[in-house]
Amino acid sequence: MTVGRLQPARMRVSLVAACGALMLLAGCASGPGANPRDPWEPMNRQVFAFNEAFDEVAFKPVAVAYKTVTPRLVRAGVTNFFNNLGDAWSLFNNVLQGKLQGSVETYFRLTVNTVWGMGGVFDIATEIGVEPRPEDFGQTLGLWGLPTGPYLVLPFFGSSNVRDALATPADTFGYPVTLVNPVVLRNSLAVLNAVDKRANFLQAGELLDESALDKYVFRRDAFLQKRRNDIYDGVPPPDDEEPPEPENTGARP
Amino acid sequence: MNRRHLLASFLAVLTLAATPWARGADEAPDVWIKRLSTEVLDTIKADKSLQSGNLPKVVALVDAKIMPNVDFQRMTASAAGPAWRRATPEQQKSLQDEFKILLVRTYAGALSQVSDQEIALKPLRASAEDKEVVVRTEIRGRGEPVQLDYRLQKTPGQGAGWKIYDLNVMGVWLVETYRGQFAQEINAKGIDGLIASLAERNKANARKT
Repeated sequence: MTVGRLQPARMRVSLVAACGALMLLAGCASGPGANPRDPWEPMNRQVFAFNEAFDEVAFKPVAVAYKTVTPRLVRAGVTNFFNNLGDAWSLFNNVLQGKLQGSVETYFRLTVNTVWGMGGVFDIATEIGVEPRPEDFGQTLGLWGLPTGPYLVLPFFGSSNVRDALATPADTFGYPVTLVNPVVLRNSLAVLNAVDKRANFLQAGELLDESALDKYVFRRDAFLQKRRNDIYDGVPPPDDEEPPEPENTGARP
Repeated sequence: MNRRHLLASFLAVLTLAATPWARGADEAPDVWIKRLSTEVLDTIKADKSLQSGNLPKVVALVDAKIMPNVDFQRMTASAAGPAWRRATPEQQKSLQDEFKILLVRTYAGALSQVSDQEIALKPLRASAEDKEVVVRTEIRGRGEPVQLDYRLQKTPGQGAGWKIYDLNVMGVWLVETYRGQFAQEINAKGIDGLIASLAERNKANARKT
């Protein structure tokens, strides 16, 4: 109950802090040859290094332990359960974006999985061919015309941009887990969700790191593309920034 | 087998029927991709040593089944950007070789995660005259489906086929992702610096196993 009163204040403090940080950032300049979408690279690299260190000493070991002690079926159930909660938030954003088919399908997924999938533990909707259409508030803001803004690495949350960073409070508070009472249960659920997500990413993460020349640039460029892809639901228009193809192969007519 | 399997086959048949190439002489690009990827998946499913990431065997598989269908020179050139044309043929060759080793290693790691996956085609948006098309597929198995798209170009001449020149995993195009990293290395240390960095990365990866 105390928490109910505390929360707005905490939010206000973090908002002020975020604005302050953004103003500071605007003062950072970077050298020539930098990516135009990442003017705050020096600052971002520091946060990235912090996140990597945190991942190495705390987050990743916990995820590895979780993966070791929990049977695969249980983990699948945990993932499904949180995805089902995510569907509720996706439904809301599908509606905000005026996506009729997405809204109908997500509503269908949510009801089927909640009722027949025992609260979302089983993903029956996917089994019968209705696949998730995830939409978050950052994408909604994008569809409403807010530009992405520069690339931004957030502490703990990782790769982001100014628009997604503005949407992060909504995406965090709109997620049904944050509505859970009591607080202890809510926090445990939030941690479980994060650990489960990290555990699902363990193998892929290692692969990505091994195939990168510069982890920071690799993650950044992949993130920027992925977000663009998400906004356009998997079929983005051709990128204007793409340099012309070097004529080398001789294979083309 | 199960309902999803049935549904997938049904959709595949529908896609086939709706494709203008269906009765043409040339194989439609999406059908070709489906055949190719199913072949590779079946080879892996039948071979335990491939699943455990046995590198020499993976390299052999990639060389035999995948590389003949890839325009790897175009991929490397595109990732290297304008610097490609300034590079000598020797530099171009070493760059291709090191880049290939890097990608094959990543591929070997991904193969170890293959179990009961299947490839499903998404509707193709292209006409029969197109020289370049994007084929969109999805890997379905346990967990969420993985988006896997290919950029193809038509090879000229008789019995024309297709070649892959870019690959998209979950919304991220491979060539574009390397373009930024390559540009950074080339700007700092030139094309030889890039080749050296790739070689170093490959050596570090080799030590891990």
